[in-house]
Amino acid sequence: MVEMVTQEAPPLIRTEEKLKSCIQCGDCSSICPVGYLMDFPPSKIISALRAEIYPRVLSSDSVWFCVACSACTAVCPAQIPVTTGLMTRTKEELLMEGRVPEELKKALESTQRYGNPLGESPRKRTDWMRGMEDRVPLLGNGRSETDILWYVGDYASYHPRVQAATRALAELLHLLGVNFAILGNEEYSDGDSQRLAGEQGLFEMLAEKNGRVLKKYRFNKIITTDPHAYNALKNEYPRLGIVYPVQHYTEFLAERLEALQPLLRKPLGSTITYHDACYLGRVNKIYEAPRALLAAIPEATLVEMPHYGANSLCCGGGGGGMWLDGFHWEKARTRLSEWRIKEASSVGANILAVACPYETPRFEDAVKTTGKAEELTVKDISELLLDAIR
Amino acid sequence: MKTLVLIQMVPDLVEELIVDRDGTRLDSYNTHWVINEFDDFALEQAVLLKERQGGEVIVVAPAMEGVEDVLFTAAAKGADLLIRLNGDFEGEVNNHSLARQFFPFITQLKPDLILTGVSAHHRHDGALGALIAALADLPYIGYVAGVTVTDGKAVARKEYPGGIICEMEVQLPAVLGIQSPDTPPRYVPISKIRQAMKTAQIEEQEAGGADLSGGVAISRLIQPQASGHAVMLEGDLDQIAEKLVAIFKEQGVL
Repeated sequence: MVEMVTQEAPPLIRTEEKLKSCIQCGDCSSICPVGYLMDFPPSKIISALRAEIYPRVLSSDSVWFCVACSACTAVCPAQIPVTTGLMTRTKEELLMEGRVPEELKKALESTQRYGNPLGESPRKRTDWMRGMEDRVPLLGNGRSETDILWYVGDYASYHPRVQAATRALAELLHLLGVNFAILGNEEYSDGDSQRLAGEQGLFEMLAEKNGRVLKKYRFNKIITTDPHAYNALKNEYPRLGIVYPVQHYTEFLAERLEALQPLLRKPLGSTITYHDACYLGRVNKIYEAPRALLAAIPEATLVEMPHYGANSLCCGGGGGGMWLDGFHWEKARTRLSEWRIKEASSVGANILAVACPYETPRFEDAVKTTGKAEELTVKDISELLLDAIR
Repeated sequence: MKTLVLIQMVPDLVEELIVDRDGTRLDSYNTHWVINEFDDFALEQAVLLKERQGGEVIVVAPAMEGVEDVLFTAAAKGADLLIRLNGDFEGEVNNHSLARQFFPFITQLKPDLILTGVSAHHRHDGALGALIAALADLPYIGYVAGVTVTDGKAVARKEYPGGIICEMEVQLPAVLGIQSPDTPPRYVPISKIRQAMKTAQIEEQEAGGADLSGGVAISRLIQPQASGHAVMLEGDLDQIAEKLVAIFKEQGVL
């Protein structure tokens, strides 16, 4: 029998049929890196729904520990969409009641008002490219066409640390002679993390705004800096009728490795370990492209951490976690990013390579708080590639 | 109980503020407007009172860029009646003129409680609430951080330095200048705001002419000037850290 899935149906209703297939193995709760902190980890929420005592779940705020890393969904033998159908939906219920931790509320309100969760002026979205205007073409003002549209994203545009990685990627695209352009101040947040924090309405509003802007221009493909933007454009926007071919920048560069390789001449002499971002790896199965890029760097040894690939550990920034640091620390006195840094250190790496704009600042903070600043450097893959060129 | 909330928009400090050529006001082209944070607090306090003991919340806001979103968000939070006051509010306005333009709503609507933000960062002529209270001959309490209402009286909580809390009882009707509500303003999901846009109506009323008398005349508006009070620490990271630690020790922080 074909299961009818309508666009309008709220996620929980879509999931209910699937919930019946839950075998209560408890794998979802066991694999959840923060399940031990929750009053109601995933399997317990399913039990509560079955027992018709779901309001008890809503009496707790511990679902805000969920970082939407999708480990529960990946491990579920019954293929229940635990992350989006259960955890996000529970967050949405709390959100509709106005029960949102203050710091998350601020990020969501900033997104409503300014189109980015950092609360920065939309006019400053292109500040990162100051001094390299000749190498980063903008769409608009007479230009309406490009081969590659680079969707830069929020943290890549605004966060002072991440801006360095964004500039590195811009240099790489320029060096490779890519015909690309960006949307500049017309770009809005992709909204994916807001969606996974339960703000579906805000996500749809942002998607509509981005969709209207994208429609103005002609291009062949979108590339993104951010795995969350990649996920939104690849898996979520099409549901709203916004359909474009999209690649993460690591996939895009890996396809051009033949042109890139001869430029990579400077040996790094480092031991690198790569952190698989949840929305690049586990959710979208992109494991090889980032590793292929790192393997192309001269005199760099690539080592894996205990959690890698589909079993990677979240940095703690997904599903609204980026804006819940205070909540998590106050309640649990622990950070996933610190756990990850200890893993990177345990395998003898002196560089932790990342490919998600959430991760550089999160891991750099964790490197300091774990006292590993002397031995471990956090770098985006685009920065490492540029280091190997210059 | 009928609560009237008076809202004004203030320049958004996230944007760079540019002084107009005449040197006495902000350049209107580059100024973005957002709800005054204290007025948002006043709205939250009104909605909390309504949730606790019923009644009606009426919101009045001057017509400016973005005010419709503010009013619909107020409806999504629980406001019952939305009124947009039409007039030129991006030109010459001060709290004295605004108080005169808001005053007719008190005589028309006869609210039990009038709440407004205790101040607005772009005004220079006192507290709007106090000026309205003077016009309406009503009692006023400013810097209020929480309100309860019983038997026609309001108890306003005020915070003083040293952790001292004061409770002041006032006979209604009265005007309160809100510094903070009982609980922080709630988050309103976009879906609720969009719903309010479909169902709520904004009433429009024409404002009287702006009478600026009683306010202050601005002779010069300038960006903050860099002064010579900052000490720049020179050297590499270790040297700077060392000097910083020495300063902390000297100041008794460490």
